[in-house]
Amino acid sequence: MRNPTFQVTRRQAIRGLLATGAFGLTVKLSGCSTSPTAAGGSDTLTAGFVYVGPKDDYGYNQAHAEGRASLDAIEGVKTSEEASVPETNAVQETMRSMIDIDGATAIFATSFGYFDPHVLALAKDFPEVQFFHCGGMYQEGVHPENVGSYFGYIDEAQYVAGVVAAHASNSKRLGFIAAKPIPQVLRNVNSFTLGARSIDPSITTQVIFTGDWADPVREAEAANSMADQGIDVLTCHVDSPKVVIETAERRGIFATGYHANQAELAPQGYLTGAEWDWSNVYKNYVSLMQEGKTLMNGGIPHLVRGGFKDGFLKLSPFGPAVSASAQQAAEAAQAQLVSGELVIYKGEIKDNKGKTVIAGGKELGQTAVELEQMNWLAEGVMGSVG
Amino acid sequence: MATEALGLWGVPLAIIAGTLRGSVPFLFVSLGECLTEKSGKINLGLEGTLLMGAMSAYAVSYLTGSPWLGVITAGIAGMFLGLIHGWLSQQPRVNDVAVGIAMIIFGSGLAFFLGKPFIQPSAPQLPTLSLAGWTQIPQLESALSISPLFILGVAIAPLMQWFFRSSRWGLLVRAVGDSPDAAKAMGISIFKVRMASIVAGSFLAGIGGASLSLFYPGSWSERISSGQGLMAVALVIFARWNPVQCLYASLLFGGAQAIGPAMQSVGIDAYYYLFNASPYILTLLIMVITCSPKRTLTGAPGSLGQAQE
Repeated sequence: MRNPTFQVTRRQAIRGLLATGAFGLTVKLSGCSTSPTAAGGSDTLTAGFVYVGPKDDYGYNQAHAEGRASLDAIEGVKTSEEASVPETNAVQETMRSMIDIDGATAIFATSFGYFDPHVLALAKDFPEVQFFHCGGMYQEGVHPENVGSYFGYIDEAQYVAGVVAAHASNSKRLGFIAAKPIPQVLRNVNSFTLGARSIDPSITTQVIFTGDWADPVREAEAANSMADQGIDVLTCHVDSPKVVIETAERRGIFATGYHANQAELAPQGYLTGAEWDWSNVYKNYVSLMQEGKTLMNGGIPHLVRGGFKDGFLKLSPFGPAVSASAQQAAEAAQAQLVSGELVIYKGEIKDNKGKTVIAGGKELGQTAVELEQMNWLAEGVMGSVG
Repeated sequence: MATEALGLWGVPLAIIAGTLRGSVPFLFVSLGECLTEKSGKINLGLEGTLLMGAMSAYAVSYLTGSPWLGVITAGIAGMFLGLIHGWLSQQPRVNDVAVGIAMIIFGSGLAFFLGKPFIQPSAPQLPTLSLAGWTQIPQLESALSISPLFILGVAIAPLMQWFFRSSRWGLLVRAVGDSPDAAKAMGISIFKVRMASIVAGSFLAGIGGASLSLFYPGSWSERISSGQGLMAVALVIFARWNPVQCLYASLLFGGAQAIGPAMQSVGIDAYYYLFNASPYILTLLIMVITCSPKRTLTGAPGSLGQAQE
């Protein structure tokens, strides 16, 4: 009998090594010959986009992919993209090949978990490449200067969605299916509720945490349970709202969307939705870079933030169930957010245990640090963060 | 009549509804695995088969407009994966658990790759049967609209029980699983019987996948199964390789999935991570309770998981 352990003869080993070497060589050579060199000053700008999930998921990644697609029309810009890249070493390999093979000089890492350690490691290896991370983890002075961060205050759009939801609801009970109790999510829940209660202070929002960014079965269970409880407008903060919106439509209740436009999934019950508009952000970055500005020479700010006013957000077109008065109220709220008249977090605001979290007369603007550390649910939200 | 809140009654209702809706994939995968394991082979790859079934059912339903064609395609796609597993795992000195893990990765990878264009479109769903003609309460109507696949699964369970106990072919499967040497002496081809069992089991698992994408939650995405295929494999051990007990166990697991969200929807929000984890905790508990170093499990096929010489 042959020895059952796995053995490789010397000849096989040499053959394998030769093949690997030849493969590596061809990849390297063809990469150099087809793409412009990174620092060569050629007039084409190459940008690489990395997404954590599929780019047509009706959600977070689709919003980014749509933003990327808006760059196609701009002359002198080439983009490459890769979807479903996990937040592991895999993303480092993806970014490395975008730089080495496609000649990318700017990388847009769109998922929260890409930052530490992956973007940081690559930023050290490629000091001439600019890395832009979507999320709020960049710290001045701590992180390399070729790293920047961008993000939007999407809770403004959630506030307006809450205004629309309040008009549509008969039972005065809204439902929010959330992934995890982290500050960004809680801020959306609270803004949605505050928006709804600005129309009718008796409205409550039931929140269900599924515990996972994508768990279709649990999202469907949550949506069904809420419909059973008489809740008649649903919204969510999960990676792909598809299942929630579809389930709401099947149960004959209203829904407002998140991340991207889901109107096609619920032609009857879709009211509006809080959408990202990354195309403005990406176009702006690209035009700055085409002018020769970089993060390193100080031409591009390291932190880029914005709301409705800066074109980071948009609302889905209103659905057929939205009344004229609801539309007016929503447009008014949006206009006030743009002009700065309306501050969402303006005291006095109590949490749902009766404790005052923002004192009377105090205003927390969108840039306030307190809002980035939110760990409470506003009065009117049924649920708990713990 | 406006929809009225059910209050605390919502919890048992959600569990019942979850049982009827969410148990179908567990049921089909566990029945398929039961058949496979009775012949003496383990097929862990049913997680991949489930995903492949979900993807192909959704894709075909979308492209042809016929969900039933999708269900059949899902079964055939499952058989295709079963053929690979059946052939590979029966090679000399090959461990079927290792092949199964490879098949999870292969099946899910293939499903993700082929399924890319089908994440966005909405495919026609399977029709549902309503058992709620007698009630005016909309929540009950919704809970009691069940999938024809559920009824099919419930019918297959006792049928498979009868097949093992009373039919000649069932005896062949059991013989091959309990004592391959004896079966060989009888002149039975172990390879063919095991191959047939694995392929038929994978067919059922594929249909389980179709219920995920065409009934509940009714959409194709890469996270659609979230480990249900693997849980269903563990469930077969819990059910002691008995198809009717597979049915009960599947109902239990389907209901357990609904506990977390249902509790939160009525305002019981303490420990929701614990409630959300209830299917997994259940799996662990079952493994702890049923395992013992002193004896082998009753009902376990004699040659289960042993490599062929």
